[in-house]
Amino acid sequence: MSLIPPLGGPPLPLGEEPSELHGEPLDEALDSGGRFWSRFFKTRTAVAGLAVIVVIAIAAVFARWLAPSSPYTTFPQFNTGPSAAHWLGTDDVGRDILSRIIYGGQVSLQATFQIVGLALIPALPLGLFAGYFGGWRDGLIMRIMDAMFAFPPLILAIAVASLLGKSLFNESVAIAIVFIPGFVRLIRGQVLALREETFIEASRSLGADNRRMITRHVLPNVASPLIVQVALALGYGLLAEAGLSFLGLGVQPPRASWGGMLSEAYPYIFQDPWALIVPGVAIALTVLSFNMIADGLRDALGRERFRGAE
Amino acid sequence: MGAFIIRRLLALVPLLLLITFIVFALVLVIPGDPAQTLAGGTKSDPATVLRLRHLLHLDQPLLAQYWHWLTHALRGDLGRPLFGGSQTVAQGITSRFPVTLGLTLGAMFVSLLIGIPAGIIAGLKPGTWRDRGVTFGTSVGIAVPDFWLAMILVVLFAVKSHLLPAIGYVGFSKSPTGWLKDMVLPCTALGLAGGATIARQLRGSLIDVMDQDYIRTARAMGVRSRTIIGKYALKNAAMPVLTLVGLQFAYLLGGTFIIEQIFSIPGMGQYILSAIDLKDLPIIQGVVLVTAVIFVVVNLAVDLCYGLLNPKVRAQ
Repeated sequence: MSLIPPLGGPPLPLGEEPSELHGEPLDEALDSGGRFWSRFFKTRTAVAGLAVIVVIAIAAVFARWLAPSSPYTTFPQFNTGPSAAHWLGTDDVGRDILSRIIYGGQVSLQATFQIVGLALIPALPLGLFAGYFGGWRDGLIMRIMDAMFAFPPLILAIAVASLLGKSLFNESVAIAIVFIPGFVRLIRGQVLALREETFIEASRSLGADNRRMITRHVLPNVASPLIVQVALALGYGLLAEAGLSFLGLGVQPPRASWGGMLSEAYPYIFQDPWALIVPGVAIALTVLSFNMIADGLRDALGRERFRGAE
Repeated sequence: MGAFIIRRLLALVPLLLLITFIVFALVLVIPGDPAQTLAGGTKSDPATVLRLRHLLHLDQPLLAQYWHWLTHALRGDLGRPLFGGSQTVAQGITSRFPVTLGLTLGAMFVSLLIGIPAGIIAGLKPGTWRDRGVTFGTSVGIAVPDFWLAMILVVLFAVKSHLLPAIGYVGFSKSPTGWLKDMVLPCTALGLAGGATIARQLRGSLIDVMDQDYIRTARAMGVRSRTIIGKYALKNAAMPVLTLVGLQFAYLLGGTFIIEQIFSIPGMGQYILSAIDLKDLPIIQGVVLVTAVIFVVVNLAVDLCYGLLNPKVRAQ
């Protein structure tokens, strides 16, 4: 396992670099007569994960038409379990939980894509730069990344989010910062391994300039493991977002977010555990789906050799 | 081994310096004029703004500010909370730190307790229903938010069947058994996801190790299966797991910050969260600094264990 889940998962042992490239280059994988997609769609769990994400995304985008009511409308019955009128029950002030889950999905999905995007904006150039040019520039960038890695991820995110002020965007920025070093390390490691390849040497001796080298040869080879990592990061980002909104650092009430719904439901666990179960299941199911997609992508891109009887 | 330890310690100096700079640089994260924002925004009392500006040395150049902050931090002086309280930040952290550490170590214990047997069961018999069961369980375990699991456990064990206390905290020195009872639910909730990660890693590396030639050779020579697993396979498979345990520590330490809210445990998480609304910078900086330094020390310990287990690492 050499991928680095950005929040606490197994990383490379320090000082150990990948000695071989992972997976085939993305352009080849996609060009090879649909082999990539057929391999991906053969993984049943990955397809199931993709289906779940698509359903949640559609519900989030068309929330205004799909949600049974507004997420703010209060009904006279509160803290009730599922009924014909409210499929997932109502919360502590009588709002429809299904509607709040659907609207909360908007927040969660937006947050997690925002987090990964914001992390990649600095991480991609930094990783390419460090790996491609090497030398003291690589040393400097990587020492800074080591230092960022030395912070317990969630704690740094809580600190930055609270100093920036409570909002969805600030919370995303705070979590994105924590993701940067993992992405940089992955990209740099891949570029380093690539430098040893003969085709790189060949095109350099043919006079390809740095720009051409990076866009034509380096990026497609970095993209494969990066895409897997992005899928994993989407799951971890969602978990982190839920944690921070549980602490009240994300979108502010009355707006619905899955983490926020959990903190609203917690004081009433004695009367109504139902309001607690639904958002948690939504979070777990979405994270699980992203992870399944990541596993499917990894297999389809041929990164990992046949392992056991999997 | 001595030279190895010294090399590792020396490598820590620039790392720690960078860490302190990042912690200090948290002041740059504050939007607008930091003194004014901290004082409460545009409508804040000018006297308070002045007081904060002076207190945090915000009227000096950035490097001078850093130097000031660093020299104080090195002496163990992390400042005072900006708003109220006679306790210094260092005192505030020292009194809460043991609580958080106990919780983290307890969760680590649970992770290992679950992760190691599960990883061995799955890794020794890949492809069987037991392996598939463990793999599925770990996938779910990683996806479930630990703080949600904590609340579910409270509902199951404290609300429905009054087996364990729902919330609250008794110090270990006051009542060891009370402390243990209070720790069961939070540590289980925190440790499950960690256990799932450890199980996955151990399974993967066990499968790899069992594939190696030396295992086959040992088998062919008629070494007993138990000896092979215990003496060769597990020892080699433990290496990546060890790195993971070090990282898990940081993850669990962060996780306690949310779990403490749920169980009303007076640890460092509550301390930093009490500072969020007022953006009480010294508290936030202090907690982040202390947790980062602890994580560095834990990783150093892991590195040294690595060196003990693997002579190749020492020689590098």
